[in-house]
Amino acid sequence: MRAALFAMLLVPGLALASPAWAVGRPAEMLPDPAAEARAQEIGRELRCMVCQNQSIEDSEADLARDLRRLVRERVAAGEPSEKVIEGIHARYGDFVLLRPPLNLVTAPLWALPVLVLGGAGLALFLMRRRSAVRGGPAPLTEAERARLAALENDP
Amino acid sequence: MEETGAGKSRAPLGRRVLLWAPLGLAAGAGVGFWAMLRGMRDGSYDPRGVPSALLGKPAPGFALPAVQGLSTPGFGPEALAAGGPVLLNFWASWCVPCVVEHPQLMALQRRGVKLFGVNYKDKPADAARFLAQHGNPFGALVADAEGRAGIDYGLYGVPETYLLDGRGIVRWRWAGPMMPDTVSAELEPLLRRYA
Repeated sequence: MRAALFAMLLVPGLALASPAWAVGRPAEMLPDPAAEARAQEIGRELRCMVCQNQSIEDSEADLARDLRRLVRERVAAGEPSEKVIEGIHARYGDFVLLRPPLNLVTAPLWALPVLVLGGAGLALFLMRRRSAVRGGPAPLTEAERARLAALENDP
Repeated sequence: MEETGAGKSRAPLGRRVLLWAPLGLAAGAGVGFWAMLRGMRDGSYDPRGVPSALLGKPAPGFALPAVQGLSTPGFGPEALAAGGPVLLNFWASWCVPCVVEHPQLMALQRRGVKLFGVNYKDKPADAARFLAQHGNPFGALVADAEGRAGIDYGLYGVPETYLLDGRGIVRWRWAGPMMPDTVSAELEPLLRRYA
């Protein structure tokens, strides 16, 4: 009972907790809050190649820290965000982008949800149409109608 | 009653498809998963392996100093395009897999393969000690103390090795230690092709 209560309190708490970015150390952050915000925005688009399922903002890996520093240098130099991402994309390839670009290699990745949804929709449509065609019962034959009339008239 | 009975007898095919389609999908997924596991075991499939973005492109430039306290000379990017294949090996004394890889580098150097090193985020004294202990396979060596050249190459760990053809174009990248079978199965055919 107490455990359940605890869980009930804990779960919303976890949902509300703000994620702790790895760039918590003030030494790494840019002095200008707007520039730092932009650097974090860029960093959240970039995958840490060592841990692979974290962005470079989330990761404690050495390489992620180097990339964070590189991003902050570029931001401080006034480079537009797209240029910063482009520079790292050119070196590390599509995989470094947490939102993969649409190209020939990644096309199946993007097409899959559409194909699955479309396929399911088509299957559903066909099934419904077929059951509609098959639909209601066949009309009564002459003999059946006569028998029905006889049954109804029977007291 | 009559109604459902009629439906059943009229659409046996649809129902059979409905029954077998999920089973078929599950069987297909199972076979795919088995193939992946097998590939991971025999090394032909690496789920974490990411092809280098530099393949077929010129090697990035850099201006790095030689490692202090070593007699091995440094080199610039022009040395990578001086004709003949060049291996560019990123390593560090603090890197354990580099120790595993080192005998392969020594063997390549003995065979006359042009081998250049980038000492990645290392202390010069540690690098010198490592090479004194394990042997120095590098014809030339530079220090990338900040790891910036590493980032320019799209490096994500040490050791990592790049094969450049005689014109300085990246032809092959190996992330992780090169083992004897890596050398014989992957590297040697390429060395012959770009010789």
